[in-house]
Amino acid sequence: MALDDRKSEFNFVGTRPDRPDGLDKVTGRAKFGADAYAPGMLHGAILRSPHAHARIIKIDASKAEAHKDVKAVVTRADFSDKPEFKPGLEGEFWNVLENVMAGEKALYDGHAIAAVAATSALAARDALKLIEVEYEVLPHVTDVDKAMAPDAPVIREGAADYSVPAGMHPNVVRYHESGHGEVEAGFAEADLVIEDSFATEATHQGYIEPHACLAMLGNDGKGELWCTTQGHWYAQKYCAAALGIETAQLRVTASEIGGGFGGKTTVFIEPVALALSRKANRPVKLVMSRSEVFRATGPTSSASMDIKIGMKKDGTITGAQGIFRLQGGAFPGAPGDMTAMCGFAPYNLTNVRQVGYDVMANRPKQAAYRAPGAPMGAFAVESVIDELCKKLGLDPIDVRLKNAAHEGTKANYGPTYERIGLVETLEAAKAHPHYAAPLKPGQGRGISCGFWFNHGGETSVSLALSEDGSAQLMVGTPDIGGSRASMALMAAEVLGIPYENIRVTIADTATLGYNDVSHGSRVTYASGLATIKAAKHAVEKLCERAAVKWGIPGDAVKWEDGCAVPSGPNAGDFDPMPLADITADMGATGGPISGHFEATPEGAGVSFGTHIVDAEVDPETGKTSVIRYTVIQDAGKAIHPDYVEGQFQGGAAQGIGWALNEEYVYGEDGRLQNSIFLDYRIPVASDLPMIDTVIVEVPNPGHPFGVRGVGETGIVPPLAAIANAVSNAAGVRMRQLPMSPPRILAALKENG
Amino acid sequence: MSKFHVSTQVNGDAVEFLCDPRETLLDCLRDKLNLTGTKEGCGTGDCGACSVTVEGRLVCSCLMLGVEAEGKQIETVEGIADGDMLHPLQKKFIEYAALQCGVCTPGILVAAKSLLEKNPNPTEEETRYWLAGNLCRCTGYDKIIRAVMDTAAELREAS
Repeated sequence: MALDDRKSEFNFVGTRPDRPDGLDKVTGRAKFGADAYAPGMLHGAILRSPHAHARIIKIDASKAEAHKDVKAVVTRADFSDKPEFKPGLEGEFWNVLENVMAGEKALYDGHAIAAVAATSALAARDALKLIEVEYEVLPHVTDVDKAMAPDAPVIREGAADYSVPAGMHPNVVRYHESGHGEVEAGFAEADLVIEDSFATEATHQGYIEPHACLAMLGNDGKGELWCTTQGHWYAQKYCAAALGIETAQLRVTASEIGGGFGGKTTVFIEPVALALSRKANRPVKLVMSRSEVFRATGPTSSASMDIKIGMKKDGTITGAQGIFRLQGGAFPGAPGDMTAMCGFAPYNLTNVRQVGYDVMANRPKQAAYRAPGAPMGAFAVESVIDELCKKLGLDPIDVRLKNAAHEGTKANYGPTYERIGLVETLEAAKAHPHYAAPLKPGQGRGISCGFWFNHGGETSVSLALSEDGSAQLMVGTPDIGGSRASMALMAAEVLGIPYENIRVTIADTATLGYNDVSHGSRVTYASGLATIKAAKHAVEKLCERAAVKWGIPGDAVKWEDGCAVPSGPNAGDFDPMPLADITADMGATGGPISGHFEATPEGAGVSFGTHIVDAEVDPETGKTSVIRYTVIQDAGKAIHPDYVEGQFQGGAAQGIGWALNEEYVYGEDGRLQNSIFLDYRIPVASDLPMIDTVIVEVPNPGHPFGVRGVGETGIVPPLAAIANAVSNAAGVRMRQLPMSPPRILAALKENG
Repeated sequence: MSKFHVSTQVNGDAVEFLCDPRETLLDCLRDKLNLTGTKEGCGTGDCGACSVTVEGRLVCSCLMLGVEAEGKQIETVEGIADGDMLHPLQKKFIEYAALQCGVCTPGILVAAKSLLEKNPNPTEEETRYWLAGNLCRCTGYDKIIRAVMDTAAELREAS
């Protein structure tokens, strides 16, 4: 049976019930990272480098240690790459520790140097001033192109991996190249070839809740950690490594999370709080200020990109090439490979080649930000496609439809696509009233497509039935945007009991098997799949118990609408037995009934979206206003449509900020100039219009209900869609983000 | 530094606390009165997550000192519901899915309530400008604005 035909069979999936944590969230009861307290608790604070690049000659903490309110001071010497702990941290474990607490060098403005725990938050802050650090300031570099230049200061020798071609600067640490066909032959076939260069600045995820945690660790190596995180098993593993303790001895509980968008997929303050706690032998609470969040937690990468695309007069793309250089701070990890792979992914191309560079600079370690790497690539690629359409007099949706990838297309990055929904989103865009609506003078319309891989990841789910027939569902993926509602809907669908009778809990690391982080748009897909399978596992047992009660074979019972029923006329004549009748005496019929699922689901299903935006540019001020915005994206199957729309709208809003306002501004001294929300301005309510959404549903064959992750793709098209709208509104092609008023004014002036 | 004794009223209850003169009203609400519904998002008055009303006026509690609360009437998110009866704004926020992570929600509810008390019939533009001091990074504001305007319409009908 095709998945499309099953839609009418859903009783719960696709409805819009109130979220289970709604009451807690509107009354102030929900406990976020900074809302935990413990008896005897100390407050931590972190001393940070004022230099972009400096050798740490000496740290003298004696005055701080002598202060009566100070109970512990830690530096890198208190972490596990020292011989007295577990020596030899390698790879990303070492990178994360080096980022959490500087070793021999401060690598960026804001890099942690030392930390204190004191009896109050004020005392801790004051005590930082008593720590004396002697630095030898070194030359620094923050720009990606400059960091690759031959004379650039070296961040760290030997950080590059095997992929980097010989002769590159040591700051180039990973290299990616992929594609197929012959791009030069493709360009030769084209009627028009456009080659252009683009740049984007780093932006921050900008979650409203700063990082916060409460940590306890004893000298017996046993610890408890409460923190705001997208992945508490990741936090457990990385903290245990940094502290030199056994993973299982650290129990991590995820608080309610006040936004993450990828930025809370790693640890920053958690190992520090644990180290302070171990030294002080008391619980330690550590909460970042907003300025610390901007200076020392992962923004996304900045990028410099060269794109060359050839097109025939009929709109066929004959050749496409992209070079993508991404700066990811003072550590390997910038997603140059992702940017390279995503840029051309929406298109069915004969000749395509893409190159990605991962480049280090004196900036904070980049962290994932919603489809990491993809928005920049889409900005560059979709801008050039738009320019080709304009020069050849072609409709931008028709051209994208002509070249669109579909089932069976060999993707630019290697695999062959299964069932995908790009064409459906383009057709929906073309048919949408927005695309035909008249524009006023000074306004322009832009469109763009966007792609993201989506992810499965290690997943464990456990479901336990209660005697009264209610169910408790334990998942391990922190709920960032309403996922408990989606999980309860999927469990209700399988069990056939009301949505309200299911309590979904984000289990801590001690009570459920390992779970990958809430990232990669994986939660509704992977935890959802695991929830369905765990519920089916419980249903199998329910059927067996009913069979015992009826005295018929187990396989003669099936599950329908929340009841066990005989599987056919030959099985016997019994009334349907509701779930609660089976659980009522489950202790006597074989014991507690639970369902489990543990696996790494592989069928996440790639995701596509198409955005339409109308923008108006004020020629006097250079200010761009977004007048109308429509997001069209394939969700596979929307489990709770409100929260799918919410993901579309939130992604678009973040993309609007990235396109128009947001950027990391570094001074000549390598210090971040705009580390508060006043100066790093994210979109506010009066900046935005309503954001219209269209949910396209092309079922993902890799999920029982057809779900595709929806969290990330929404931020991929906005940068290019707005740049294309600005180009149509003001007649200037913007090649650098953000398209701030001064940049637009300069472009208008240059254009005459 | 010696601490100051402060007597004030929060959500109608008489309360007292001792505070350092450098501590903000937000610090005092959270750390001394255990009213953690009010959130710190920035500490510089830019995000509105710490919105409360003082003598009926909407303020960022991170920009006011705890000692300044002496003798004042303060309302926080914990005081919006009437016992177990949610305020219409709270109901609409759940119904409209006007929150994702929910960390900005307390501040936005306090600010929106303050708007509707002053202007029972706000336009979309007025609503957007009133809430421009409350950052939300998850929703793109669409569902928030709809929830506030629909609450306003419902309250007008009821009155």
